[in-house]
Amino acid sequence: MTAFFFFPIAIVVLISASLVIFFRNPVHSALSLLLTFFSLAGLYILLNAQFVAAIQVIVYAGAIMVLFLFVIMLLNLDKVKKERERHPLQKAFGILIASLLLVVLGSVIASGILYGTKGIYTVEKVAAIGNTKAIAGLLFTDWILPFEITSILLLAAIVGAIVLSKKEL
Amino acid sequence: MDLAIPSIDIASLGPELILSIAAILVLMVSVFLPKERKDPACYLSLLGILFALASSVTLWGKPKYAFNNMIYVDNFGLFFNMVVLITAGIAILMSINYLKEEGMSHGEFFALILFATVGMMFMAIGSNLITIFLGLETMSISIYVLAGFLRERDRSNESALKYLLLGAFSSAFLLYGIAFIYGATGTTDLKGISVFLSEATYLNDPMLLAGTGLLLVGFGFKIAAVPFHMWTPDVYEGAPTSVTAFMSVGVKAAAFAAFVRVFSYSLWNLQPDWVLLMWILAVLTMTLGNIAAIAQTNIKRMLAYSSIAHAGYIMVGMVASSELGISSILFYMLAYAFMNLGAFGVIIVFERKGEKNLDIEDYSGMGFKYPALALLMSIFLFSLAGIPPTAGFVGKFYIFGAAVKEGYIWLAIIGVMNSLVSVYYYLRVTVVMYMNEPVKEFTGITWSPSMVIALIIAVIGTLLIGILPSPYLDLAKQSILLMM
Repeated sequence: MTAFFFFPIAIVVLISASLVIFFRNPVHSALSLLLTFFSLAGLYILLNAQFVAAIQVIVYAGAIMVLFLFVIMLLNLDKVKKERERHPLQKAFGILIASLLLVVLGSVIASGILYGTKGIYTVEKVAAIGNTKAIAGLLFTDWILPFEITSILLLAAIVGAIVLSKKEL
Repeated sequence: MDLAIPSIDIASLGPELILSIAAILVLMVSVFLPKERKDPACYLSLLGILFALASSVTLWGKPKYAFNNMIYVDNFGLFFNMVVLITAGIAILMSINYLKEEGMSHGEFFALILFATVGMMFMAIGSNLITIFLGLETMSISIYVLAGFLRERDRSNESALKYLLLGAFSSAFLLYGIAFIYGATGTTDLKGISVFLSEATYLNDPMLLAGTGLLLVGFGFKIAAVPFHMWTPDVYEGAPTSVTAFMSVGVKAAAFAAFVRVFSYSLWNLQPDWVLLMWILAVLTMTLGNIAAIAQTNIKRMLAYSSIAHAGYIMVGMVASSELGISSILFYMLAYAFMNLGAFGVIIVFERKGEKNLDIEDYSGMGFKYPALALLMSIFLFSLAGIPPTAGFVGKFYIFGAAVKEGYIWLAIIGVMNSLVSVYYYLRVTVVMYMNEPVKEFTGITWSPSMVIALIIAVIGTLLIGILPSPYLDLAKQSILLMM
């Protein structure tokens, strides 16, 4: 059952993610990124992570991508200058390194050995508590400090965005 | 579901809390300050740094885990906390006049420096990969913005964009590494990882090794180790000079703190696997940094390559990773903070609006026109080159000594040879200052009181650590006693 859904979704993720890079038109790129986010949400559901899937759709596909599209359309990026020609060896070397990395990481993941001790939150237990409730419970007890550091991170990012973009400081 | 509320130990977060509050206060206060009169905002941020320093001192010597093992407030972390706090303080003192001259004196600058420092401190005391990652991101995002703070200037924008793109790329490596380590060990807790790895059966797990490699790339980028150094010269050159000073010391110190904690403690059982890689990276970093520095004509670029070389020296200490090795890293970081900040301080005093006076040639004849400034520059450069009786000499002495003691004799020899190469380009600036005729008219330089204080702190630090190193070495040794 899972495999039946997994492979089609995974293929969509891979194709749409590569199209983000290969499309010349930035609006097309943004739209295929949207598709990537949606299909990633599908993968999260297959992993029994409904909360993350919902967040993925609401925050990434909903909020961030809409802003993205707005900015692209406002900036009128159609006239992107042709990229300066790189040294051919640079490209070949880049492809070589990237494919080596793919082979190494791919073989590691394919080996599929996970020695690590499994956590206490099994699928059944999460289903019993409720996905959102389980995450919230952990986030506001054990992981409260990282959660709070994130607020400083976001505040710094907001201040930074204003510093860089406000017309008159 | 019943929630077990963990014990909230506010006191152990003292320095970080004080600094975060100071940053928010700076933001609020600067709204009400008239334009170009933002001095109260920077005094407030300096006050915050002083209180955070005091708070770090009170936490000294009482190591404890807090917040469900997310942070471990030990002397090691506190030592790096103090280094980054001193760095932030000196950088702020150096920025005040610089920003006024560039017409960009805004409270947000100081707030972002403080936010970046909070991130650095979380990297230093973090005992969970997630805490370390969040600290790293807080630091990085603030620094990306600071690098582009002079937004009218193309180079500053280029610097920020380059750092952002490559920094995001490297964060992905780090995060992927964390995911692999989590998959292999089932925990992101540093102590948990080391306990898990103490059973030798799992050490050959490919996922664990791949994760270690990815972490090495992520940290290598932040400390500017070759071959992950490509961004350094452009970013350091384009960023506002006071920000370059801050990031060349602060980012490096924080990244090394986390790097050492993760590799020399948590992943210590994998040491046979990563030590050869580290050896090669250290040699590449030292050699390439020093050789590329020789060819530079811009002094900020030269110091950028020199900072790459210094990352290489510190990595020699990580290869050794003995008690002496780690404590010499701490000692070196302290020495490097004073001498590098000092050198950048002199550059700031001499620099004129619009990136003028940044070529090494512009320093010709400075020794006669501004003897005090030239003398300071010579002291800092001698220290960076490792000539006694300065802090740089003692630092290198301990690092290479630790490498020899652990049997890495060739590494120490390569390090010393590199150090000799570096003397050439550091001394060249001194030669230009004292032996060449001025190539152009000097425009008057202004000594602002804050800059004078910063330079005095830097020069006292450089000389004091060089002449009387033993109390500082004891401090560094004390710092690593109670780790983990």
